[in-house]
Amino acid sequence: MVGPILPLRAESIRVARGGKTLLGPLSLEIAGEGVTIVLGPNGSGKTTLLRALHGLERLREGAVRWAVPEPETRSQQAFVFQAPILMRRSVVDSIAYPLLLDGLLRGEARARAADAAEAVGLGGRLALQATDLSGGEKQKLAIARALVRRPQILFLDEPCANLDGRATREIEAILATVREQGTRIVMSTHNVGQARRMADEAVFLFDGRLIDGGKASDFFDTPQTPEARAHLQGDLFP
Amino acid sequence: MNDILTGMIEAVRLILTLDPTLIEISLRSLEVTVSATLIASAIGLPLGAWLAINRFRARRAVIALLNALMGLPPVVVGLLVYVMLSRSGPLGVLGLLFTTKAMIIAQVIIITPIIASISHQAIRELWAAYHDLLISLNTTRWQRIKALLWDGRRALLTASLAGFGRAIGEVGAIMIVGGNIDNATRVLTTAIALETGKGNFALALALGFILIALAIAVNLALHLLSKTERNSLW
Ligand SMILES: Nc1ncnc2c1ncn2[C@@H]1O[C@H](COP(=O)(O)OP(=O)(O)O)[C@@H](O)[C@H]1O
Ligand SMILES: [Mg+2]
Repeated sequence: MVGPILPLRAESIRVARGGKTLLGPLSLEIAGEGVTIVLGPNGSGKTTLLRALHGLERLREGAVRWAVPEPETRSQQAFVFQAPILMRRSVVDSIAYPLLLDGLLRGEARARAADAAEAVGLGGRLALQATDLSGGEKQKLAIARALVRRPQILFLDEPCANLDGRATREIEAILATVREQGTRIVMSTHNVGQARRMADEAVFLFDGRLIDGGKASDFFDTPQTPEARAHLQGDLFP
Repeated sequence: MNDILTGMIEAVRLILTLDPTLIEISLRSLEVTVSATLIASAIGLPLGAWLAINRFRARRAVIALLNALMGLPPVVVGLLVYVMLSRSGPLGVLGLLFTTKAMIIAQVIIITPIIASISHQAIRELWAAYHDLLISLNTTRWQRIKALLWDGRRALLTASLAGFGRAIGEVGAIMIVGGNIDNATRVLTTAIALETGKGNFALALALGFILIALAIAVNLALHLLSKTERNSLW
């Protein structure tokens, strides 16, 4: 068993591609419990930040540090991509896949996958091909697959960006339960309403820089920067 | 015209009566090409997958070489294999010239690049789609290869069938290295060439029908596979 992997500290991280800085330099700490919402307009660097924290981006500067050595955190982290990455497998086998990687036997992996599917409302879809699910169901599958290893931290990149109101509500309910069960959530969204509903803590990105944020109650009531204020009011940026 | 008509009737008769010569030649064709397809797949499929997910210095060169080999005229392959296997050639001691083994070798050389190239393409697309997920799940290199080969199995089968289709209809190379010897190395395509030359249209047509049936069967299988591929019915 791996001990607690949090707090997570990003120390002056910077991500660049071809000489252009996409993100940072910025520092950030994820600790305690609850939900951290990464807010910001399109192109502000939300995806890049989440990927960098999860170790999917090469850092030009700085480092991401966990409470334990990074290799030990791998199985304790999970990531849900904005566009669900679906394997050419059935729903139950898709969710079971991470467990097979951990060396579980197929039967046991499938049983646990079926439980995880049940928890996100896909209990009746086990035998279906993953690619045949509806948009909302695909994202639920991705969430179930991410949760099946019972990670300590779950990153989600705009999981509801392409979903309708009903699917969005269902996913928010699933994530509320995940949060209750003690999984730390870091999720990006450009939907201010969703951010208000879910956040314990907010981080506001603008043009690749972290310029605002804090405890949700403080941030949403009294944002410190004009950019965050405008974004929360739904203003459009030039 | 009359020749063709009587030829066709005779062809049907040969097929319906399961003419022993016809059967023998057809089975030999299958034996050679199935063997060649299996060997070429054993080389080409892993090679294609390897090229798709590994970045190494010679990668582009290997892909360029594969493409060049794909364009190699089969007759030239036959000639090269002949020179290698002929008594005075470097592999002459093996005594393989004018055997079905020599024909299998020639077909393997012809279709391995095709199989490798198609599987490379398919696995590369799958790897592009799976990349972030498999990295996020912290998979080992071997686990990645396994997932890609398994989830891409239909595409890989398609690659093998494409190789089979190419090999079963090939005539130039196996004519040269096999010698088209009766009861030994005569297969569908070489027999058709010979019987046509002799004016023996009935047998040639009957052999032709079987060859067409085999080719259609493979194409049908390919078509069904690529259809299920798109609809992900498997
Ligand atoms: N592969 C890439 N190459 C170059 N620029 C990129 C790439 N991906 C994203 N960007 C740029 O990086 C910035 C941040 O992108 P992103 O993190 O996707 O923002 P968000 O998720 O907030 O919309 C944007 O300006 C975007 O255009
Ligand atoms: Mg994004």
